[in-house]
Amino acid sequence: MTPKLRLWLFAIAAAGLVACYLWAFGGLPGFGNYPGPYGPEILKRAIPETNATGVVSAINFDYRGFDTIGEEFILFAAAAGMSVVLRRLRGEREQQQDRSPADEVMNRNVPPTSSPLRVATLVLVGPTALLGWWLATHAQTNPSGGFQGGVILASALMLVYLSGESIAFRRFSPVDLLDAAEAMGAGGFAAVGLAAIVQGLPFLDNYLPLGSSPGTVTSSGTIALISFLVGIEVAAAFILIVGELLEQTLLRQVRREGKS
Amino acid sequence: MSQLFPLSVAVPLLVAAGLLAFRPLLRGKRQVRGLVAVAASVSAAVMLLVLTLRTGAGSAYWFAGFHPSGGVAIGIDFTAGPLNAGLACLGAVLMTASLIFAWRYFTQVGTYFHVLMLTFLAGMTGFCLAGDVFDLFVWFELMGVSAYALTAYRPEERGPIQGGLNFAITNSVGAYLSLTGIAMIYGRTGALNMAQISRYVATHPTSGLVVIGFLLIITGLLVKAAIVPFHFWLADAHAVAPTPVCVLFSGVMVELGLYGIARMYWSVFGAALGHRAAISHVFLALGVLTAVVGALYCFRERHVKRLLAFSTISHAGMFLVGFALLTPLGLAGAALAVLAHGFVKGALFLGAGIVLHRLHSVNETYLHGRGKHLRLTGVMFTLAALGLADLPPFGTFLGKGWITDSADAVAGGPWLAAVFCACSVLTAGAVLRVAGGVFYGFGDPPGEDTRMAAEANEEKGESESGRQRTPLTMLVPTGVLVLLGLASGVAALLPRCAAAFESAAARFQDQQAYASLVLGGAHPASPVPLYPQVPADVTAASVITALCSVAGAILLALTALYWRRLPVLRKGYEPGTGLREVIESFQSGVINDYITWLVTGVAALGGILALIIR
Amino acid sequence: MQVFPFLVVAWIVIVGLYGLITSRDLIHQIVCLIVVQSSTYVLLLGVGYVTGGVAPYFYDIGRRALAVDPVVQALALTDVVVEAAVTALLLSLAVQAHKRFGTLDPHDLAEFKG
Repeated sequence: MTPKLRLWLFAIAAAGLVACYLWAFGGLPGFGNYPGPYGPEILKRAIPETNATGVVSAINFDYRGFDTIGEEFILFAAAAGMSVVLRRLRGEREQQQDRSPADEVMNRNVPPTSSPLRVATLVLVGPTALLGWWLATHAQTNPSGGFQGGVILASALMLVYLSGESIAFRRFSPVDLLDAAEAMGAGGFAAVGLAAIVQGLPFLDNYLPLGSSPGTVTSSGTIALISFLVGIEVAAAFILIVGELLEQTLLRQVRREGKS
Repeated sequence: MSQLFPLSVAVPLLVAAGLLAFRPLLRGKRQVRGLVAVAASVSAAVMLLVLTLRTGAGSAYWFAGFHPSGGVAIGIDFTAGPLNAGLACLGAVLMTASLIFAWRYFTQVGTYFHVLMLTFLAGMTGFCLAGDVFDLFVWFELMGVSAYALTAYRPEERGPIQGGLNFAITNSVGAYLSLTGIAMIYGRTGALNMAQISRYVATHPTSGLVVIGFLLIITGLLVKAAIVPFHFWLADAHAVAPTPVCVLFSGVMVELGLYGIARMYWSVFGAALGHRAAISHVFLALGVLTAVVGALYCFRERHVKRLLAFSTISHAGMFLVGFALLTPLGLAGAALAVLAHGFVKGALFLGAGIVLHRLHSVNETYLHGRGKHLRLTGVMFTLAALGLADLPPFGTFLGKGWITDSADAVAGGPWLAAVFCACSVLTAGAVLRVAGGVFYGFGDPPGEDTRMAAEANEEKGESESGRQRTPLTMLVPTGVLVLLGLASGVAALLPRCAAAFESAAARFQDQQAYASLVLGGAHPASPVPLYPQVPADVTAASVITALCSVAGAILLALTALYWRRLPVLRKGYEPGTGLREVIESFQSGVINDYITWLVTGVAALGGILALIIR
Repeated sequence: MQVFPFLVVAWIVIVGLYGLITSRDLIHQIVCLIVVQSSTYVLLLGVGYVTGGVAPYFYDIGRRALAVDPVVQALALTDVVVEAAVTALLLSLAVQAHKRFGTLDPHDLAEFKG
């Protein structure tokens, strides 16, 4: 299709789609008037049943924990897929001695890191990691959880890369360890659910002791445990993902340093 | 037995995680990895088979022990009836066959292949059993992400590796539109559970929100089911993906999209939408359009895997027709046809994989006459092609026969049987042309496709080159799949089995029974059918249609192979060249075109539904 | 305004789809895909809002009568992770395509007609 025809066709189709959307939104109850039974029902039962004061985390890891396990394995599969695709590309490139068209195009010079940036990022690595750890382990009380904490943990390592210590970054992200950590996090989640089955309970039932009062560190049973496992998995997955993408440029940098 | 519900999903997931966690330990131990993956797949298949056979009227399972209170579902549930558990079982069986085939197919199978295949299996199983729309979306995405990764795993062609990108972007847009629909419905009903939504929309007046919510939710499913005009990604993905993965795409992933549409319609929105005749006609039109377009594209292809992909699109259209008739017999016929087609198409792809492994090409023109020494493969491939052509007693003949019988009762007139026959003739004729040309050297090679000819020279199969014999791990799954296709047809000939299919279909269509099963906890009584129940028999009409399509397919294949030797046609005449320019003016293989057609399709369907349901 | 957030949803979808269709760069297309998905976040969080409700976290404020719907927030969280995973995979596919052909233009990459 010529671009012009495509644009015209899209214009008509988009008008139709917008009309459909507007027709549908007419049937919604209006912003701020959420009617439905699901939300209030959960709000009523969450704290008595799970002793977790963070209701969203209770939903994520208990009421709708099965969704979360699927989502975690989506991240798992995506990281595995990325590893397959990009590592194989790296392997091919290391074998080829001639330069491919891609190398010609991306022939950038990476400037050296400035001192203020180095200091700032290196100073921030510790607190960031601590923050990520705290968020991942306090899902039952904070608006946080395994996912948020895991991403922040991963970004702590990315700060190392930003500070220019690319060799240190590579040393701290060994692929085997990250794969194992990711798999233990995801597999651990499934194992927690299966442990419930072993005890004769439904899958992902909250069978650990709920703690004495809501909102403490040890309350909420499996929610805190699952959140921690998810944090490990997400951190490993994101370090893998970003690391694989960064390797595409790091390789060239190292090679250039090696040649000079 | 109720614990089989979570185990059938959790076991593949846990094994996938385990394979990756112990990757350093298992490095070099290829046999162990393969065995573990096959064992996980087999156990999932066994569990799902038990679920299918023992579930009776249907059963529900609530995760984390949160049962519904007062008609409000708190947690997530899985529901199993014979149809959806059977579909999941088909997926697991095909997965096992693929994993066994892949044992010797790849030069080196890394851990990641097995990991991704197992997550794919878990996604498929979760999708089939899900009873909650958002959960459905999550398993849909797991299936999708695993599929995108597997497509890019070892691209078998040097050419269009962007097929994986087309696949990923198109399906993702579809999935996000589905999520928009889910959010809209939630905004009105405050429910994510399918049964709860169905009760709400059935008891409240139907507004535009219900109609568009339905449309948007099935958009992602229509894209997955490769219905025209959402179908462009399928052939590209098949061209790129490794053959064991193509078995799953054509055999079960496309059919899962169709199952999703059926589930959304019957268990959730059917009663609310009303206007059964009009909606039936809309989907009938879509199905017939898909069947015809798929069949035409199939016949002009020279790339064996794309040819098989287009035949899948054509059959998907026929299955949609089976659903669209809205009768139990039509649904039962579609279910049986899906089962038999999955086996037969799987066998065809495995045969193509053997050809790629031994002869290092999938270009029909190049391969002509080179496969004569692959005798066993040739026999199995031809048998499977005849199965595709509805040769009795393959299951495809009976399945399509039931659909056309049902059409006689509802839509009136045998025109639908004629359309089915024509599409079967075209698709099976193309596959038989490949079989005859490659394995037996009949006739002349088909017209040269210049693009593909250039690639045929660079073709390098992703497998150990220079093998003189096809390994058993490749031949056995192919043969077993052909036999299963036969067996499904033979079993369905038994009256008890046929009645079981039809009653399972009738129960699937019963919205009230589903809702009371999930929320009410009581086992439903036998359903009240909306259409008069036509018994699922072997009618003379279906046998005649099937034999006609087999004869037509063989005739078409022979004509395609020998037409140049006919004295009437002048030399150098090559049909179809003008056609290419016409097709290119519609879409040129660019992802931008695919998305434009997707949006056009959604808007068009929205307009039509708005006109029907005011 | 009662419907304004929903109009924003429609706008974001159209903008994202327009970008996808007119794009000549794969990375740009992937980002447009992210934009299309962002509309679902707005929609999810928009349908769950309760006027005058507090956030559903009761650690420091104790149980309140009126709180915003927590379910959509959990759904949006799942949605974000799904999007991140899909985007990461798509970017790696784009890198793979670039490596093979040296170009990111979908028109140049199109070889087989669909």
